Amino acid sequence: MANAQEAAAPNLGPAVELRHMHKWYGEFHVLKDINLTVRHGERVVVCGPSGSGKSTMIRCINRLEEHQRGHLFVDGLELTNDLKQIEAIRKEVGMVFQHFNLFPHMTVLENLILGPTWVRKIPRKEAIETAMMYLERVKIPEQAHKFPGQLSGGQQQRVAIARSLCMKPKIMLFDEPTSALDPEMIKEVLDVMIELAEEGMTMVCVTHEMGFARTVGDTMVFMDEGEIVEMEAPEEFFSNPKNERTQLFLSQILSH
Amino acid sequence: MTDTTEKHEDWSRPPATEVGVIGWLRKNLFSSWFNSILSLIAIYLIITTIPGIIEWALINSVWGDKSPEVCREAKGACWAFIYEKHRFILFGVYPYEEHWRPLVAMIIFLTLIFGSCIKPLWKLGWWLAALWAGGLVMVGILMWGGIFGLEYVNQSQWGGLPLTLFLATFGTVFAFPLGIFLALGRRSRMPAIRSLSVAYIELIRGVPLISILFMASVMFPLFLPAGVSIDKLLRAQVGIILFGAAYGAEIIRAGLQAIPRGQYEAADAMGLSYWQSMRKIILPQALRITIPPMVNGFIGGFKDTSLVVIIGLFDLLMTSRVAFQDINWRPFYVEGYLFCAAIYFCFCFFMSRYSQWLEKDLAKDQNH
Ligand SMILES: Nc1ncnc2c1ncn2[C@@H]1O[C@H](COP(=O)(O)OP(=O)(O)OP(=O)(O)O)[C@@H](O)[C@H]1O
Ligand SMILES: [Mg+2]
Repeated sequence: MANAQEAAAPNLGPAVELRHMHKWYGEFHVLKDINLTVRHGERVVVCGPSGSGKSTMIRCINRLEEHQRGHLFVDGLELTNDLKQIEAIRKEVGMVFQHFNLFPHMTVLENLILGPTWVRKIPRKEAIETAMMYLERVKIPEQAHKFPGQLSGGQQQRVAIARSLCMKPKIMLFDEPTSALDPEMIKEVLDVMIELAEEGMTMVCVTHEMGFARTVGDTMVFMDEGEIVEMEAPEEFFSNPKNERTQLFLSQILSH
Repeated sequence: MTDTTEKHEDWSRPPATEVGVIGWLRKNLFSSWFNSILSLIAIYLIITTIPGIIEWALINSVWGDKSPEVCREAKGACWAFIYEKHRFILFGVYPYEEHWRPLVAMIIFLTLIFGSCIKPLWKLGWWLAALWAGGLVMVGILMWGGIFGLEYVNQSQWGGLPLTLFLATFGTVFAFPLGIFLALGRRSRMPAIRSLSVAYIELIRGVPLISILFMASVMFPLFLPAGVSIDKLLRAQVGIILFGAAYGAEIIRAGLQAIPRGQYEAADAMGLSYWQSMRKIILPQALRITIPPMVNGFIGGFKDTSLVVIIGLFDLLMTSRVAFQDINWRPFYVEGYLFCAAIYFCFCFFMSRYSQWLEKDLAKDQNH
């Protein structure tokens, strides 16, 4: 069975490309001229103060939010109003949310096989095998038949990651996956994410876990007031931030 | 040392004031002075009314095949009236000799309904649907007849309990899905669908059921081309369905609104289509929340079917009333109403208890 990463190989263009992208909420200009290119296999970490538009930006990548100007390409396909195109892109892009968003009326296993069976039309038996494999990888195969409400936050988030992986996505988006977790559970989730990064998954990750960013990040993106203020490799970004706003942000976040 | 240990109370059981009859009384009836007063008032009312009721209904009452004169002399309830008239009350003007037919039809119908309430049988899936289809064909054959040597009985002669059950059941069964579509329509992003749904719901909710039935009965035929006529019973049924759907839609909409946005987003992010995400994610959760108000609506709808009398259908309530129009039995209308109420109560109480059980059962494993 082809790995998600191998399957991605034939497309030599970027995994995600945002070109002069703008977005407004009514009169409010949330995203201003965003330019960002994510190569296949690249790990991009996005940080910035609250309200700077980080969530909005990554939610545009799978069209949970609509952009109004500029162009957005995912795996070579442009995101437009075309529903077929949107569904095609969503198949290839997994997303992990701050509040997990598991389906509470289904068991863990049912959560995991829903997308594969209904969207990818994979036979149920095969979907279950894949699901169990990913549950092993996030280290909770014994929870397969429980309901999400019976798991801890850290376990729920690992299930959510496994659920996305079951769709064999080419790109994974993370929106503050650890910020709703108790401190002792953050590590178990980050470990899973680090492992995923080491396997070469293309990732766009909004997080304030700077340790994680240093370990796996290829590119750091700093956003403020709807703009990308600074974009650097992590060593440079942390040791030698150029912009004042970046310096201020880093001094605040690292002092904690 | 030994002294103190001996003085230790027995900790293996809670104190006597907390358990047993006394504990229960203290906790539930006399937990505060206000509660105590209410309890005393309630006890007083029970003591003063219950003996009288028992005397009237059971001790001084007249049972079995007795004449109205015996009843007039007795001080208690005249159950002889029910004995005399129960077949008319239950089956209306359906030909007397053929009463076994609506009886069997009703048994089949109720077996289907109660059977569908048994959870393990849901696994039958399409088989259950096939059973329903087969059962309804049998019910139809029994009620109408005209084949297999059964005398034909026009539906204008149907009445009593079967009529009430049919109207209520089909009203519920068809109004429910229609209500779901209306609720989804009202939340649709497409302006045309949204405005149509809103207009429909608000229009229907704005008028009483009586006027809808009346329109269905009197006005509707005026719009049909000459020669085409739709049966009165069917028109009433359609009226009830259209009315129920508007109310159901609002209940379901409340359920949809209670589902967190994250659920919609997770479904979208996974690539599920609109209908897939409604069917697998949103509706199962929304409908679960709406069980209590929904069953409330079903119960109301069940009783509202009695309004069909205004277009001349003989439902259970009407047959009960006609029964004591009989000059001999006129004084015993209380018994007639009580009998009718008891039947309504059985069905409504069942619905209520079943919904409570269902709610608990569905919540059982996914406790948060
Ligand atoms: N649906 C919406 N309607 C109007 N304004 C919105 C909406 N969603 C977000 N905003 C605004 O857009 C701005 C960017 O929001 P966004 O959620 O992208 O910020 P963020 O960088 O993810 O912040 P945080 O770190 O708090 O999650 C905020 O000022 C927010 O108030
Ligand atoms: Mg955010």
